[in-house]
Amino acid sequence: MTQPLLEVRGLTAFYGDFQALFEIGFSVAEDETVAIIGANGAGKSTFLRVLTGLHASVGQDIVFSGSQIAGISADRVHKRGIAMVPEGRRLFPSLSVEENLLIGASGGRDGPWTLDAVYDLFPDLTSKRRNPGTALSGGQQQMVAIGRALMSNPKLLLCDEISLGLAPKIIKDIYAAVPRIHDLGTSIVVVEQDVGQALAVADRIYCFQEGRVSLTGTPETLTRADIAKAYFGIDEEEAA
Amino acid sequence: MVWINALLQGVLLGGLYALFAAGLSLMFGVMRFVNIAHGDFIVVAAYLMMTSVLIAGVNPFVGIGLVVVIMAAAGYLGQRFLLNRVLGKDILPPILVTFGLSIILQNALLEIFSADSRRVQTGWLETASISLNDVVALGLLPILMFVAALAVLALLQWIFYHTALGRLLRATSDDAEIVPLMGGNNAHIFALATMLASGVVAVAGVLLAMKTNFDPTAGPARLLFAFEAVIIGGLGNIWGTLAGGIVLGVAQTIGAQIDTGYQVLAGHLAFLAVLVLRPRGLFPKTIG
Ligand SMILES: Nc1ncnc2c1ncn2[C@@H]1O[C@H](COP(=O)(O)OP(=O)(O)OP(=O)(O)O)[C@@H](O)[C@H]1O
Ligand SMILES: [Mg+2]
Repeated sequence: MTQPLLEVRGLTAFYGDFQALFEIGFSVAEDETVAIIGANGAGKSTFLRVLTGLHASVGQDIVFSGSQIAGISADRVHKRGIAMVPEGRRLFPSLSVEENLLIGASGGRDGPWTLDAVYDLFPDLTSKRRNPGTALSGGQQQMVAIGRALMSNPKLLLCDEISLGLAPKIIKDIYAAVPRIHDLGTSIVVVEQDVGQALAVADRIYCFQEGRVSLTGTPETLTRADIAKAYFGIDEEEAA
Repeated sequence: MVWINALLQGVLLGGLYALFAAGLSLMFGVMRFVNIAHGDFIVVAAYLMMTSVLIAGVNPFVGIGLVVVIMAAAGYLGQRFLLNRVLGKDILPPILVTFGLSIILQNALLEIFSADSRRVQTGWLETASISLNDVVALGLLPILMFVAALAVLALLQWIFYHTALGRLLRATSDDAEIVPLMGGNNAHIFALATMLASGVVAVAGVLLAMKTNFDPTAGPARLLFAFEAVIIGGLGNIWGTLAGGIVLGVAQTIGAQIDTGYQVLAGHLAFLAVLVLRPRGLFPKTIG
């Protein structure tokens, strides 16, 4: 097997004395789409924040594109080619839609993702480009957040719960973008509480439970019972 | 007629107050940094101007450029290597540190320049004026200063809304934590904000030096005027800051017209009135 794009070994994370992540092993191959599922508080967002350098990663073992990125500041991790769509979208309210997109390109690399390419991916945004980002519907805001991350032409795109709080029809539209992003050469990690959505989009799944990886596998090989157990930490039969 | 005269003088004075306020408001807006030494920085700029023009014999226009460059550079370095260290969720450490800085600066100025009050002479400009009639005469210097203030505020506005740096500063003001996810380095951006603010402070200090007498203890009063103009105008809005400066300036000159002793008091009263009636200022920020 060729060297993975991202390889993480024995990763831990703390909030003060509270340990949020325990010995996480994780990898993403070139061109792969990986989903992380898990209940509230399982540590999914914390994991992404450590990868991007937003949460202290000093002393961890995070190899990206062949070099160690643990302990590097978030702006430099971004320049190496990792972009994130943060939990809760976090658009900049005083910036217009277009300015939100442009700011994503600040420190990025050249590549297929430009303003036009993003508007082409999400045509809904075209007529809103001068509006403040926060004047949009939830789904459109999520599109801006994804577009903003793409503008840097990342090698790896991390998406934290991009379906949260959206109507099923909108979720479908947003997930329709994932294969197109992937086809232009970006590997993707999606954090998703909606297991069905995760299974549909991912090549491989990691399930987090209370800060640990409780299960990994491909959508074809994982059974519903396995996932339920790894997700909630109980056997489905017991629960029933 | 004397009242119209006072009003017009107040408007012109307001330009200077808006400059005092703009730097303060910029640093607070971008990084929630309350700079208690702001007034002292203005006075330092005034002394720099005096030193370069009177002592080093630099041409006044070159002097202005020099002071702006020195203050901006010092602003960048000071923020990057000193003030960034006290920035955090807590707003108190910056206040304490800049309070200390204020005392240090005042004493350093006292040591170097003595307690004598100074002024930068502007030659024929000092007395030149434009008379509208027997009572109303506007000094050429105040008019030029007002125009300079407008130009600086317009430049700030342009930087904020039409450049990549301005976009980054506004984004940082909204949500500094995630700006690194877009490749921005917070420490550098904060330092750039202080650099801009210090450039404005430099111009304000130069104008102060040409307009009135100043001494090493002149800073805190300037800080107070800056605060008042910011609060009157409403935070986070450059033209609101101008309006705040003008309201404060007009209140002061009207007060002075009633009785010279009432100048500063009238400004405070106007400030208090706005605080009571419109706590968010006359022109609060509409979004965010
Ligand atoms: N800033 C913080 N300070 C202290 N504890 C935190 C902080 N952020 C998260 N935690 C804790 O860390 C654990 C993991 O949280 P995290 O947000 O990573 O979970 P998650 O899997 O993303 O959950 P969700 O699905 O709700 O987004 C939780 O127990 C949470 O309470
Ligand atoms: Mg989360």
